[in-house]
Amino acid sequence: MPQDTSDLSVADLRTSARRRAWSAGARWAFALAALATVLVSALIIWTVASGAWTFISQVAWGSLTEIGWFPRRGLFDLSTLLVNSVQIAVIAMLVAVPSGFGAAIYLSEYAHPGVRKVMKPTLELLASVPSVVLGVFAISFITPSILSNFFSEINFFNKLAAGIAVGLLVIPLIASIAEDALRAVPVALREASSGLGARKVTTSVRVVLPAAMSGLMAAVIVGFSRAIGETMVVTIASGGGDTSLFNLSLFESGGTLTSAMAALGLGTDQVAGSTLAFQSLYFLGALLFAITLVLNMAGDVIVRRLQNRY
Amino acid sequence: MSVLTTPAGIATGAADALRRRPGADVAGSAFKWLLIGATVFATGFLAVLLAVMIVDGWDVLSGNLWYFLTHGFSQRSAGEAGVWQGILGSLQVALVTGLFAVPTGVATAIYLVEYAQGSRFARIVELNIRNLAGVPSIVYGLLGLAVFAQTLNGFTGGTTAIAGGMTLAAMVLPIVVITSVEALKAVPDSLREAAYGVGATKWEVLSRQVLPAALSTILTGTVLALARALGEAAPLILVGAATGFMAFGDANVFETFTGPYTALPVLIFNFARQPGADWGANAAAASVIILVLVLAVNGLAIYLRNRFEKQW
Repeated sequence: MPQDTSDLSVADLRTSARRRAWSAGARWAFALAALATVLVSALIIWTVASGAWTFISQVAWGSLTEIGWFPRRGLFDLSTLLVNSVQIAVIAMLVAVPSGFGAAIYLSEYAHPGVRKVMKPTLELLASVPSVVLGVFAISFITPSILSNFFSEINFFNKLAAGIAVGLLVIPLIASIAEDALRAVPVALREASSGLGARKVTTSVRVVLPAAMSGLMAAVIVGFSRAIGETMVVTIASGGGDTSLFNLSLFESGGTLTSAMAALGLGTDQVAGSTLAFQSLYFLGALLFAITLVLNMAGDVIVRRLQNRY
Repeated sequence: MSVLTTPAGIATGAADALRRRPGADVAGSAFKWLLIGATVFATGFLAVLLAVMIVDGWDVLSGNLWYFLTHGFSQRSAGEAGVWQGILGSLQVALVTGLFAVPTGVATAIYLVEYAQGSRFARIVELNIRNLAGVPSIVYGLLGLAVFAQTLNGFTGGTTAIAGGMTLAAMVLPIVVITSVEALKAVPDSLREAAYGVGATKWEVLSRQVLPAALSTILTGTVLALARALGEAAPLILVGAATGFMAFGDANVFETFTGPYTALPVLIFNFARQPGADWGANAAAASVIILVLVLAVNGLAIYLRNRFEKQW
């Protein structure tokens, strides 16, 4: 150690080479991990794109618009699956949006802090309910105990029950995004409204909701994307993943993009290499990936814009 | 009254309020009860779900729960089938998931928060993580099938618990990263500055100060991610969990990692696909078991987070 400060050089202030090497090594290890997450995305895109390309380059284009989805007979009508997916997702939204928004407004505007403290974690807990369980719930309760009382002609496997169950599954997600959007509205807006003599309901509906509108829209978009991508509920409750004729009835069974993928995955051993059926699995995956990516990015952009506003 | 004429909507409401007696706000209380109804519906269906599953699965749960928990799958009859292979398989898959997702996820979060905040690479990684979080779970199944089971066959042994676990690791990676990023951002800079001030290297600051301070939150996020993996069936169906049942025989625990496997949610799916009420009872009973498992793990994590949440 130098006694006189005039002898101090920069080198004296450097720590030992070993400690510096550790520090530099750690940096590279962390960067490598970050790179690995990008690699996951790249591999997903490569997997679905190359598989989808094999399918597209070999399939007869006419078979994409035939009467229905019969992959093992070479009939790949996409509209059958797309319509069923959209129908189920729309029903899910009809269940999840009113309930999720209602819960969000209650928790953000009305609930006592103590109630909120209990309900927020409860919603988080609900988000973890496994989707297979909701599928079982749909065929063991929603259809036989509720829907069949109203609609006598309903099929055991039907899109309506699947949509309702998916809706229940998506409620926590929608409620959580919507609540974040409502709480992002500055308190000053509420105070100004109350100060002018507005009732609580007027403040909530005419001031807070419009101010949070873009965030609420994002909640719907992200929820819709999640509903489109939901697999197990639909596979169990709606059936028709293996083969489906085009139909619009909500009381009938119907395969979706996801349940068709699950069905193809279950039969992997039989179809591998034999027909294009196995390759259609990747094509559906690519389609699903593209749809949800666009929806999620749209939701993301809207949320970001909201964050910047206040 | 001139103030009330500014924004039209507010003015009407305000005038209403002034005209009414306090406590006679019918529309207001109707709205409030509507909201309470929505909240009860949103959270109350869990109770209905549990009740229905317990009632449907009561024969299995009350009569031979122990048999059900300790016996393997049987195609012959519903009465002979159990969920033991599913529980063991789920634990194996979750172990592999944790081994891959936690180090990668936490390290990514450290890089994003501590090293590269705001850089172009960090922005790309962040965007990438956000997009990964929205990818449907079954698409991860395609990744698992094509990459982990087929391309990396030499390492994973094909459609095994290792391949399944890696698939779910990719799926929960965004959850681990996002919760870890939040945990690290919550650690105040004064802690880092104090450590630098006494001459610590960056690695020492991170390993001795920042990580210990953020550990409880990171752990909570990890547990939540694993609970999510525990309940997931769709990707595992593509990575071979539906057709594979563990061959026990003489195989030791380590060998079962590279053999055929199944998982609890996939087993429930298998039960649900069989026709007949007794298989339905099995599906319901197994649903109760997985609900109790997942809710317990999640509840514990959420409780711990709220308990140990630090106020800096």
